[in-house]
Amino acid sequence: MIEVENLTKRYGEFTAVDNISFSIGKGEICGFLGPNGAGKTTTMRMLTGYMPPTDGKVSVAGFDISTYPLDVKRRTGYLPESTPLYTDMRVGEYLDFSASAKGLSRAAGRKKVAEVMDAVKISDRSRSLIGSLSKGLRQRVGIAQALVNDPEVLILDEPTIGLDPRQIIDIRSLIKDLGGRRTVILSSHILPEVQMICSRVVIINNGKLVADDTPDNLFSRFREGGTFRVKIEGPPELVMNGLLHLPNVEHVVSEGQGSYTITPLDSMVARKELVKLVAGNDDWCLTELTEGALSLEEVYLKLVTNEHLEETAL
Amino acid sequence: MRGALAVFTRELRSWFYSPIAYSIVAIFLLVTGYFFYAGIAMYSVASLEMSRLSQFMGPQELSLDDQVIRPLFGDMGVILLMMAPLITMRLFAEEKKTGSIEMLFTWPLTDRQVLAGKYLAAVTVLFVMLAPTVSYFGFIAINSQAPWGQIGAGYLGLLLMGASFMALGVFVSTLTENQVVAGAITFGALLIFWVMAWAVGRDTGAFATVLQYLSILEHLDPFTKGVIDTKDLVYYLSFIFLFLFFALRSLESNRWRG
Repeated sequence: MIEVENLTKRYGEFTAVDNISFSIGKGEICGFLGPNGAGKTTTMRMLTGYMPPTDGKVSVAGFDISTYPLDVKRRTGYLPESTPLYTDMRVGEYLDFSASAKGLSRAAGRKKVAEVMDAVKISDRSRSLIGSLSKGLRQRVGIAQALVNDPEVLILDEPTIGLDPRQIIDIRSLIKDLGGRRTVILSSHILPEVQMICSRVVIINNGKLVADDTPDNLFSRFREGGTFRVKIEGPPELVMNGLLHLPNVEHVVSEGQGSYTITPLDSMVARKELVKLVAGNDDWCLTELTEGALSLEEVYLKLVTNEHLEETAL
Repeated sequence: MRGALAVFTRELRSWFYSPIAYSIVAIFLLVTGYFFYAGIAMYSVASLEMSRLSQFMGPQELSLDDQVIRPLFGDMGVILLMMAPLITMRLFAEEKKTGSIEMLFTWPLTDRQVLAGKYLAAVTVLFVMLAPTVSYFGFIAINSQAPWGQIGAGYLGLLLMGASFMALGVFVSTLTENQVVAGAITFGALLIFWVMAWAVGRDTGAFATVLQYLSILEHLDPFTKGVIDTKDLVYYLSFIFLFLFFALRSLESNRWRG
């Protein structure tokens, strides 16, 4: 559905997007993950035809965006990051405007607007001024606007940013509902969000594509060697000493009250050894073993270090 | 077509939903109304004087045309020049600031449609500004003969000149995301196009003739006399097309630069 080949965007000396290639199939929900300034928004702007790429090719639904921009735009719905709506308009009015600007006839527009307002559950807000709506409702109006031309491709830039937890859950389930029939690309810097919604994850850092995989594969890839926490009752010095001397353990941090954070070389081996160690000491007792939370920073760190290693190996 | 119409309608709506259009139109009418009143008052005093003088010096020429109608068109032109930047400065600058331009340019609309919609909306505001001023000439018609043909030509000239101001303004508005900057540059540019001819003085060299021809208010004068000259039509129309063309190029280049 979406083919991206060697996409590059340079601003003078600065390269915002550096030679990215990927392709997304019909009906996939793909998450763009990356820290702020990684090039997610720039990539999305090039996919929607807002910005021409410096180099490379983008085609959506078989249409090359630089040759057939209108054909691409007709098949795309886009929600920019800050949800820039006209705050002086009423919700219904704004959606009618977006429908007619997208080329729908008055009658078809009416029908479609009623339909999308229903889909995003804002039918009762048709007469409200957009400026008076909460951020969550505005986000819904933004998504409704993107849906009004019945797009095959839906591109959402940070759709849950700045929302409260309740609204985030609503918007996530809405996006999930929208997928299936449509190809959806959404960007986020929240890892669990992407894991929850997306069938595919593309990670971008410093304008480069660093990973392109399913969320499960990605997580299992990084879970090995991940840190874990243990709580052991026993004489503190002896326990600490024992942990430090475990094979495969790289680093141990004591967090007081018998808690330790362990950074192993190989998580599974280290855990087995740990259990054996505790079992071997009668007055020790293992009361807790939890997986260290895999933070986004860790993933980036790992991805970036891996890349460096590959580069030095070459 | 439908796309341009949608942009046009939205633009007009936002003008008339907010106090912007009302305040601009009201101030324009207040100031031009004052000029009309002052012109008529002066004219009636002058005609009283004249009727006294003519007892001694024979009949004197005093024309409503030269004393009231033509100066009024000239005054309206100058006031329009000062107010035009207020109308055009927000057109693109505001949308660039709020980011809504990103929506507009990712919808299946061409740059041309967006520009046409916005420009025609600005010209429509110009119409709304000028329409009530016809009543001034209605007052004249009540008490005297109003030369409607000449007045019609005057309005044509005023509309063309106003549309030229709007074209320059919409171009400048594409250059920046700051409304005040857009307004200031438009005002400065229009002012230069106005005072250009002043530098010429009595000089009749080639350079002077060119400056004279380029000066924007010079071309209004024949219209107010009731003369529709191709030279002036060509001037205003090419002014409009040139700046709309620049605006289109600027929209395009904005996106290349990101």
